[in-house]
This record gives sequence, C-alpha cells and structure tokens, in this order.
Amino acid sequence: MAIASSDTAIRTGRFTRTLIYVVLILFVLFYMLPLYVMLVNSVKPLGEITGGGMMSLPTAFTLEPWAKAWSTAQIGVEPTGLQPYFWNSISMVVPAVVISTTLGALNGYILTKWRFRGDTILFGLMLFSCFIPFQIVLIPMAAILGKLGLSGSTAGLVLVHVVYGVGFSTLYFRNYYAAFPTELVRAAQIDGAGFFQIFWRILLPSSGPIIVVCVIWQFTNIWNDFLFGASFASGDGAPMTVALNNLVQSSTGVKEYNVHFAGAILAAMPTLLVYIVAGRYFVRGLMAGSVKG
Amino acid sequence: MASAAETDFKTRLQHWIPKLVLSPSLVMVLVFVYGFILFTVFVSFTDSRILPFVDKDGQRTFDLIGLSNYEKLFRLSHWEIALTNMAVFAGLYIVVCTIIGLTLAILLDQKIRGEGFLRPLYLYPMALSFIVTGTAWKWFLDPGIGLENIVQTWGLTSFEFDWIKDRDFAIYTVVLAAVWQTSGFVMAMFLAGLRGIDNEILKAAQMDGASNWNLYRRIIIPQLRPAFLSAFVILAHLAIKTFDLVIAMTGGGPGRATELPATFMYSYTFSRNQMGIGASSAVIMLMTIAAIMIPYLYAELKEKK
Amino acid sequence: MGFLDINNVTKSYGTVEVLHRVNIAVEEGEFLVLVGPSGCGKSTLLNMIAGLEEITSGDIRIKDSVMNGVHPSNRNIAMVFQSYALYPNMTVGQNITFGLEMHGVPKPEREKAMADVARLLQIEQLLDRKPGQLSGGQRQRVAMGRALVRNPDVFLFDEPLSNLDAKLRVDMRTEIKKLHQKLGTTIVYVTHDQIEAMTLSTRIAVMNGGYVQQLGTPKEIYDTPANLFVATFMGSPSMNLINVTVQVDGNSVYAKTQNDQGKDLRLALYEPSEALKAFDGKDVILGVRSEALTDVEGADQRSSHVEVIRNTVTVTEPAGSDTFVATTVGGAECVARMRADTDVSPGQQAEFAFNMEKAVVFDPETENRIQ
Repeated sequence: MAIASSDTAIRTGRFTRTLIYVVLILFVLFYMLPLYVMLVNSVKPLGEITGGGMMSLPTAFTLEPWAKAWSTAQIGVEPTGLQPYFWNSISMVVPAVVISTTLGALNGYILTKWRFRGDTILFGLMLFSCFIPFQIVLIPMAAILGKLGLSGSTAGLVLVHVVYGVGFSTLYFRNYYAAFPTELVRAAQIDGAGFFQIFWRILLPSSGPIIVVCVIWQFTNIWNDFLFGASFASGDGAPMTVALNNLVQSSTGVKEYNVHFAGAILAAMPTLLVYIVAGRYFVRGLMAGSVKG
Repeated sequence: MASAAETDFKTRLQHWIPKLVLSPSLVMVLVFVYGFILFTVFVSFTDSRILPFVDKDGQRTFDLIGLSNYEKLFRLSHWEIALTNMAVFAGLYIVVCTIIGLTLAILLDQKIRGEGFLRPLYLYPMALSFIVTGTAWKWFLDPGIGLENIVQTWGLTSFEFDWIKDRDFAIYTVVLAAVWQTSGFVMAMFLAGLRGIDNEILKAAQMDGASNWNLYRRIIIPQLRPAFLSAFVILAHLAIKTFDLVIAMTGGGPGRATELPATFMYSYTFSRNQMGIGASSAVIMLMTIAAIMIPYLYAELKEKK
Repeated sequence: MGFLDINNVTKSYGTVEVLHRVNIAVEEGEFLVLVGPSGCGKSTLLNMIAGLEEITSGDIRIKDSVMNGVHPSNRNIAMVFQSYALYPNMTVGQNITFGLEMHGVPKPEREKAMADVARLLQIEQLLDRKPGQLSGGQRQRVAMGRALVRNPDVFLFDEPLSNLDAKLRVDMRTEIKKLHQKLGTTIVYVTHDQIEAMTLSTRIAVMNGGYVQQLGTPKEIYDTPANLFVATFMGSPSMNLINVTVQVDGNSVYAKTQNDQGKDLRLALYEPSEALKAFDGKDVILGVRSEALTDVEGADQRSSHVEVIRNTVTVTEPAGSDTFVATTVGGAECVARMRADTDVSPGQQAEFAFNMEKAVVFDPETENRIQ
C-alpha cells in the first residue's frame, strides 16, 4: 500500500472516486453540449429543428445546410455564402502570423541576449499593449487606415493584427529565450558569430516548440478576432467571424438555423483543427500568456 | 572608459544592430498603442461626432470641450446600465469560473484515469471564436427552438426558460456562455499550480494527521495564491473586453439589457456618431484595466530580475 | 611586460565598483588561476579578458596590443565555459569547427584541424554525435576541443569542472594539467575550488571583494598567506588561528597563550622578524596549518622547532589517510592532523606537536601577515 500511493499524498475511498468520475463526466457533457448542438443540427432539415428536435440525431441526414452556408447563403446583400470571407480570413491571418512571429522572435532574442539599459521598461510597454481594451485605439486606427487608404482592405487588417499581436509574440520568445543559456551566445561571440548568425545558427534551431506555440496563439487570436474585423472591414473584405455574425443576425427571410450552425462550424473549423492537432502547444501558449508574464 | 576610437568596427556594429532591429516594433507600439491612447484621450475632450477630423476645406470639425463628455457620459442611463451589467457580469463570471476551474482542477488531480482525454475536452472552447460560441448558445437558449422547446416536447409542457429574451435575466445567459468558454482555461491554470506543489509537503501534512479536507483547506489552496491572482487578473481583463459574445448572442438586448461598456463604446462611436462620448467611455475602460494589469505586470517583471 | 597584461583594471556597474585596480602580468605559458568565493569578481575579470564585458578603466593587453573595445572573436582567445556551452543543435564536429567557419577558414583546413584536435583529446568516435548524447566528461572534452582548435594565444576557463561529479573532476583536472604541460599554452582559469587552484596553477591570484588579495605561486600562497582571508580560504581544513600575546625575551620571541586547563603556554616563534618584535606585549593571531600541528611521532623530522603541549581531545575524525583531532587552544578550536592509527579519543589528554617553522603571525588590526 505504501508503494501504491508513494507518488501521491492524497488518498480517496471508492465511493468518493465514483463521485469524482460522475462530476467529471457531467462537466464533459456541459462542455460538449454546444458542439453537439451545432453538429447534429447542421446536418438536418430546418423542419426537424423548429419541430423541437434540436437534441435528437437527424432523421433525414443532409449536407444541404453546409453547402448553403459555404456557397449560397445570403450575407449582406450578395448570396455568396461564407466562402469568399473564409479566404479573406486566410489571406489576413497568414501574413499577420508570419510577421508578428518573426518580429516577436527577434525582439525576444534582443531583450534577453542583448540587454541594454531600460530594456525591461520597453518590454513592460510592449506587454501592457497586449492587455489594453482595443476600443481605446479604434478611433485613431480608423482615421489612420483611412489616411493610408487601407480602410476595408486585408492589408489594413494585417497591419492592425501585427501591431497588436507583437506584444504577445515578444512575450513568448522573451520568456523562452530567457531560459536559453547565455553562455551559448557568449561562446558564439568568441567564435566570431555576429548578431544574425547567432540568432539563425544557435537560437533558432532550438526554438521549434515556442515557434509552434506562438504561431498557434497568433493564428487562433487573429482568426477569431471580431472587433477589428467589424470596425475596419465590414464590407466585401470582412473576415469570417464578421460574415458569420452577419449571416446569423440577418433579419430578412426565414431563420435557417441549420445553415447558421453549419456556418458556425465552418468558422470554428480552422482553429478547432489546430487545437486537435496541436492542443498541447495551444495550452502552453495560454499558460505562458497568463501565469508568469 | 574604452574610448570610441579604440572600439573596433565589429564591436560597434554589434552594439547597434540589436537596437536597430528592435526599433520597428518599438515605434509600432509607441505610435499605434501609446500614441493612439493619447489620441483617444484627446478625442474624448472634443465634441467630435464622426471621422474625419478635418473636412474637405481643411476646417476642423470639432471643438475642445474639456471634461463635458465625461459628465455627459455619467449622466447617460445607457452607460449606467452598461456599468451595472458589467458589475453583474464580471462578478459572476470571475467567481463562477474560479469555482468551476478550481473544482475541476482538484478533481482531475486525483490520479484520474483518462485525464489526458478529459482535459482537452474541458479546454477546447478557448480555441473557438466568441461569435461561434455566441451563435451556438443563442439558438440553444432560444425559447422557440432551444431548451424550452426541447423540454416541452419531452412532455414537461409547463417548462419555461426564456432568460435570453427576458430583460431581467438575459445578462445571466451571457455569463453562462462566457463561463463555458473560459472555465476550462482557469482549470488548466489551477492544475498547473497544483502540480507545482511539493508532494513532500503533502506527505508531511499527512504524517501530521491532516484529513483530505484539511489538506486542501490549510495546505494546498493557500499555496495556490499565485494561480488565484493570475486567474483573477486574466478573467477581469477578459470581462472588461467582452464584446463579440454579446454582439453574437443578444446584440446588447433585449432592449439594453445586456449592454456592456465595450458594446456601448462601439455603438456610440460607429452607429450613433457620438465619437467624443465613445472615446471617453474607451478611456474609462482603459483606466479600469490599467488599474488591474499594471500592478500585476509590474510585480511579475520585478520578480523576474 | 608580460604576455597578458592586466593594468589597473576596474569594473563598475553604475556607481558600484566591483573590481578595484587589478594588476596582473601573465607570462607566456603560465597557468594562472583566479580563485575566490562567489561574488569576488573573478568571473567578471575573466569576462573582461574575453571581451564579453566592457572595461570601465585601465587596460588589458595581449602580446602588447590593447584589447579594450576589441570584439571577442578578434582577440585570439578561446574560452571553456562552466556549462560547456556546446551548441545543442550541432554535432560535436560542427561545434568544434564553428569558430573556424565564422572566421572564414576553408573547409579542408577545418576538417584537418578538427581531426587533429579530436585525436589529441581522443574524441574521434564522438564527432557525429549531438551534445545531448554525451556524458559530462565527454562534453568537457568537446568544449576543450572547441577552444584548442582555434590555436589561441590565451585560453580562458570559467569554472570548467564544477558541473562534474567528484571523481570525474579529479580525472579531468589531471587531464587539463597534462594538456597544459604538453602544449605549453597560456591559461587563465577561474575556480572557487582552492584545491583545483593549488593543483593546476603555476600562479594563483586569490580574490575577495573585488581586490586581488595575493598573487603568487601555490607554495607562497599556502605557506605564507598575505592576510587572514587568504590563510582561511586556501587549504582544507582551514588554517588554525590562535589568539596569542607577543613576548620578546632577548633574541627570542614567544607567543603566549593558554591551554584548555588554563595553564600558560609559551611557544617560541621561529626566526622572528624585527617587525614582529615591535609587537611586544600586543595581541596577535598565530596561524598554524593542521599538518603543522600533529602528534609527536608524526611531527616533521626536519623541523628544528617543534613545541609540544598537552591538551584535551574534543573530537576525532578519522579520514582514512589521517585522523583529524580537534582541541581547544587559547579559546580557539584547532584541528590537528595526526597519523591514521593515532590512539586518541575524546576527553583524553594527548600531546600535540607544533611545527613552529611553519607558523605564521597576523596583525589582528590590519589582518595582514607580520613579515
């Protein structure tokens, strides 16, 4: 008995354990409920939903709502489906993630390995920028994007997401590189490697995990953003989240709940896929962004 | 001091490159964050209604009016509702998320079989957009097709659940969806805290005859203080920033029943053309978050040195 | 003018000066060890020689050219770090040749240099492995290989053995010493371990509080420590320090104190200097190393001045090769080093032989040795 429980100090009886499992499974049901609702209702005809069958499995299975949500649903004025907005999001997310991650990696490298007077204050300024309510920058941002001729464009959104994403990516890389032995950098200096050579040859090859963490975080955040998308790109250039909201809120015609659910899954799909494939890194990113800043 | 003349080219170059590489990010943050904050503060002192600030003829479209936007703001019943809702929402959201997160973390920490399977199921909502979450909950809670309708078709015809359409209760449905989204994350934070506790301390406490209940109450939970603090700060700042969820679920309604400062700012600035007031509400939001975040970040950065 | 000159070098962080006017001249082929407790400034000094930290004032010269402001890679130095600092993503071979690659040495030459070094250090079979697959001793060798391949003017070692376990540390110590004897390179070596300092060095700089306390050969440092700090820091067990009063009696000078029974003791000091005579009637500190305080049979037969006292044994610590015996003289705890089979036990009276030839005297005010 002493051996069996040697790695934990807490012992529980059989009854307590059963209770624990029951509670844990009830919570699983709670967390899975909306996903279940979205999934089953996205593959049944509208009549089954309005007839009170929201919780039951579809009796007449159909992919019609998915097809409609993707390519023919009325969004705004045009019946284009979510498809063009999906590509808007992709072409916004990819450059924004690449740029903010690259900048974050370089910043983290500098703030830990090339320290200078006042670097902590600079980092503090960057860090605080991650947590501001973005309402505080909406007005001047709208004005500047207008001036630059970037209103409503994907390029404008890329700029916005890089600016407000660089704080977090810097945070990730700074914390990661802080644990990277400074002696390695010194050895490389003595060996004659310069600033970029040290970064490229010594640090970057060891940065795989944090790059994954950072890319996933930025991808999820930028893909899921609604505020900037709604403020600066509400027309044809809108990202997926804004389009989905327009679809769901549209007050004309019959409410096609099944199409809404299919659209919601389409909007959730990329981030959900990332979560399924690399959930471990996603959680690491969440933790790194909260505990121990 | 080694004079500059003696310092070789490579050393001097290596001295400047890092600062050079850092400067674009720095300029970006200084201009787009801190510059813009100052700009919004400035707008909040003007009677601006819509963009641009300068009309076609190069004339200013606004006047400086001092603090009167703030006076007006705090006299608006709309803003008062938003603040009251914020207090209800943030209070419940933080408390319920913490309770659920801590409970799940403690339960999962009991050498649970299948922990690796359960944990991702609790956490996946964090990967979803609030618009998606909002859509799912909006229709699930809709009395016409959702929960009320479902239970009624099960035979309980007298069952009523129309909170999302009820002015007095709609805000609680937003709390429910928000808790659903983030409580798994809070669980992960507490779980990390629990895993960080030295097992030998627990063994020592058991030798001293502590029951499980006392072990948690007296030894473990007090040691989770940093996790509580982090959870509070993160949840509080998420609460103040909550915007998408309300837009997707209720659009601020019914009436103004789920209006929050973030939605208030948005509608005053972009749909009601009261930019000065919108700006002043954004400033209030920023100050609230700053009051929470700055001491926290300061302590964290200080600790690291 | 030496091979490596450290002239009046100081280091300050802001207003805090951490190194004060250090002057050391290292000859070609010398093995200089900087030793001292943590925070004494020894690593800072080493980093300044390497060019990893700026020199606040003074200058450092290698082969008579000033190194202030010269990039580390252009000083023709090599460094072995405490953590070895092997690049984790590169193989052993790439680790060794990285510096040459950065200096634009063509590949065939690099390969040849690597092969030579690998043969010298017997790491040929490791060249394709990653550092993570190596044992501590192997990493140590690779780190030395990386330094050797550059064929530098000066080797810098920053506590290179402190991450190894006790046995390996002794082996690697011998190996470093052999390498130095074989190659005759100039080495500056930082350690906090006084045994490493004694065994490896040709000269030692004992540092404390940012000052060089004493610079000398291991024998000078050990036998004639400049002050109380050096006396206690170097040697294990550390030097016995007994409060005594100086008594001049004609040509002889005595150290007066009491044994643990309160009986007066009078120990004749060997070849007293005039400076010491000036302390007549004053309190001074008598320093006796434990090997100069023995049982009568174990006393140095060549010593002309052995004083024997009777005193109570408080503790005995058999260490295998010797037995350390503690006793109280003049109110101070003293440790005597006796033969392993000495038959004494705590509480017993025993005879203790002071080899006064090896005794030194310190001024309690200045803490310096009275010469």
